[in-house]
Amino acid sequence: MLWYILQRFLASLMLIAVVIAGTFFILHLSTDKVARGILGPDATQEVVLQKKQELGLDRPIVTQFADWAARALHGDLGRSWFSGEPVITAIATRLPVTLAIITAATVLIAAVSLVLGVLAATRRGWIDQAVQVLSVMGFAIPNFILAILLVSVFAIRLGWFRAVGYQSLFDSPAGWLDTVTLPVIALAVSGISGVAPQVRGALLDALGKDYVRTLRSRGLPWRRVVYRHVLRGSMGPALSMLGVHFIGMFGGAVLIERIFAIPGIGQMSVNAALNSDVPLVMGFVVAVSFFVVLLNLIVDLIQAWLDPRVRMTT
Amino acid sequence: MIDRKPPGPDTRRRSLMARVLQNPLGAICLGYLVLTILAGFMASSISGHHPNEVFPREIRLGPSAAHWMGTDSSGRDIFSRLLHGTLPTLRDASIAVIVASLLGTLFGLVAGYFGKWPEKIGTRVADLLMALPGLVVLLAVRTVVGPSMPLMMIALGIVMSGGFFRVVHAAVLGVRNELFVDAARVFRVSDTRIILRHILPTVRGPAVILAANLMAISIAIQAGLVFLGLGDLFAPGWGNLLNGGFANIYIAPLELLWPSVAIGLTCVIFFLFGNVVRDELARTGINAAAVARGQGAADGNARHRHDPAAADEAPTDGQAVLGVRGLVVGYPGADGRVNRVVDGVDLRIARGEIHGLIGESGSGKSQVVLSIIRLLPEGGRIVAGSIFLGGRDVVRMMEREMDRLRGRYVAYIPQEPMSNLDPVFTVGSQLVEPMRIQLGLGRRAARNRAMELLEQVGIDDPKRVFDSYPHQISGGMAQRILIAGAISCGPTLLIADEPTTALDVTIQAEILELLRELRRQLDLAVLLVTHNLGVVADICDKVSVMQSGRIVETGSVGDIFADPGHPYTRALFAATLDDAPTRAPYASGLIEANHG
Repeated sequence: MLWYILQRFLASLMLIAVVIAGTFFILHLSTDKVARGILGPDATQEVVLQKKQELGLDRPIVTQFADWAARALHGDLGRSWFSGEPVITAIATRLPVTLAIITAATVLIAAVSLVLGVLAATRRGWIDQAVQVLSVMGFAIPNFILAILLVSVFAIRLGWFRAVGYQSLFDSPAGWLDTVTLPVIALAVSGISGVAPQVRGALLDALGKDYVRTLRSRGLPWRRVVYRHVLRGSMGPALSMLGVHFIGMFGGAVLIERIFAIPGIGQMSVNAALNSDVPLVMGFVVAVSFFVVLLNLIVDLIQAWLDPRVRMTT
Repeated sequence: MIDRKPPGPDTRRRSLMARVLQNPLGAICLGYLVLTILAGFMASSISGHHPNEVFPREIRLGPSAAHWMGTDSSGRDIFSRLLHGTLPTLRDASIAVIVASLLGTLFGLVAGYFGKWPEKIGTRVADLLMALPGLVVLLAVRTVVGPSMPLMMIALGIVMSGGFFRVVHAAVLGVRNELFVDAARVFRVSDTRIILRHILPTVRGPAVILAANLMAISIAIQAGLVFLGLGDLFAPGWGNLLNGGFANIYIAPLELLWPSVAIGLTCVIFFLFGNVVRDELARTGINAAAVARGQGAADGNARHRHDPAAADEAPTDGQAVLGVRGLVVGYPGADGRVNRVVDGVDLRIARGEIHGLIGESGSGKSQVVLSIIRLLPEGGRIVAGSIFLGGRDVVRMMEREMDRLRGRYVAYIPQEPMSNLDPVFTVGSQLVEPMRIQLGLGRRAARNRAMELLEQVGIDDPKRVFDSYPHQISGGMAQRILIAGAISCGPTLLIADEPTTALDVTIQAEILELLRELRRQLDLAVLLVTHNLGVVADICDKVSVMQSGRIVETGSVGDIFADPGHPYTRALFAATLDDAPTRAPYASGLIEANHG
């Protein structure tokens, strides 16, 4: 099993390394534009060249990448061109905020999807219909549109939550809830729409399995069979989907953080993109990539724990 | 209404569009999209205002006759701006979808059709493209290309082509080795022609669905980028209205509402449209199934008439371990009729008796079995009759009471050994769990008992098997484990549904021997379902012959084998005698039975 998971881990590490390299090359496709983006549109060619020299952009791209990668492996992602702040510091201060929101949303997605999926699969009838309709709507409505609607209604009209800002969970749990509830809901709805039908489908599939009948024929109550056997055997695909949504929320957070004025990594990277702050954008991509690898690993490990067949694969 | 014509691929191809239009939801979606595009083209004449025309005295007004959606903070007509933003928004989103579908379809077709290295490379690249969220990649692209929306949309299209590739690739794999494609190859039709004429059409359905979904996503991302200020802030579009409105969210919340609704609604519509197409494509399959079911129901009703009086008779014999009277099992058929798969079955099994239930596949044997343990598949229902287990009718029993009978009075051995063990639990834990619940045994006691049981069913190394997972053991061993599970809570009646059918011939004999041995040791009554007369002759005391949901003949094995009364029984014998492999055991069993 260890070998299998190690293999998968190395494969995702390789994939992400290629993605990071690819992003680096994309970011250095047009160094003229980048320099001009920093200096403004009126800069003369001479000044642009000088700026490129100053930033080391005039060197061959392979050299630049080798240089960057060597530093990155030692934990040095360079400094922001705009503020001079080390990229690592910039990320370290903002990532926890984004991570807190995404993690909370993931927990919410898992809990609500489980409840809705189980209800829909076992009760069928109207609740099943409702879950299916909701999942289509929830999936189709863009999360930032939902966020805007949530802010308008629950923060501005009703005043139940704060519309903007963020408080750390450790500083003030109540303040944290006050500031993250709406963003977390906005992020979680599409995830729930994706995961709940997955849970429902997997459950329905598993309920029709022969072994369910055989377990019942031994006198195990229906509830016990559903919650102990069927759920565990059918959680694999739903779990993978949850992992996909966790990663996807790094994209969603970019918009959500803007709407709620949350000082997370998404806001940081929007500003970095606007300012042509290449090292900071690169840092953002590396941070997200790190979580892609980490999450794939976690999902694989849970998968193996859930299902012995995965464990035995070599 | 059920479409009774067999739906071939040809009718499907011709009428997909028509069927989407006939679907009410599909018509609404298409109608909305057509109206939206038309409104975009005629933006100026509908709204009556220029989108950038400023009404200095009419800043942030609510909806009025002059300004249907009111005016924004610069005094511009929101309705006009919304209409003028329609086409640019849809155009930008289309760029991404077109790029994604062209790239994805092209490479998906090539990879799926040729396999080998194009497939490998394509799959890898698709993985790369889908590794990071689209918006994260777009931020990097934006850093380089600046606020150019078409360039960003092309980049988005490239990113999304990975998903498109996967869908097309999977669809092509599904048909790559179909007969018609092979035939075309044999006739030396060129690869290009095969792809265009035979493979592309099968990909069309999934591609349309995906394109509709991607359109929704692209609209959202396009608007999102502009909203973030990453696009051209002076170009018309819904995202710009959003951006402008957001600045005034406290002063004029309505201004933000209009573009939000436009974006949200359009995304939902595209998504629903994709769903309608998928449903319509899937309906072809469902219709075929419904037709088959409907015909089955019609046949069933034509052939049998149930006599309701038989159902209400009380059991005459309290000695019977199992007494089934007038059992009718029905499934809901087409147009609300009940399709009777078991139609008036009587069955009586005495203590210690092995009773064979034979009949061809589909005669209703398994339905009788599953009724007795009250675990019919979804939709199945005991329509009439009674089933007495130890003198109590289980048909009207509460589920909780039934749970107590299962395993303790009546136990079940299934047909297919491997699929009847839960793959994610060890063999041991599956044996232990029912004993702990039904017999109230402690962990240790249940474990010891499970070991004994495994030994009892002839497993040499119970310790190892106890800790094994189902995928680590053989089919014969799995069947022994299932038998161990069945007898674990000390049942009086064992119901075995073709327990040897899925096994090798040598193992079949061993399993039958085990059943015989258990019957002797535990004084079990056994209902043995089989379609193998050799098995019946080998092990059973009595036999019932089932045909089309009814029992046509019952008697001792000796009597029936010596002188089959019903023509169907005789036909079964004739069929078995023609069947060389089963002949030898049957013949020897016959002699045994006749002598005994």
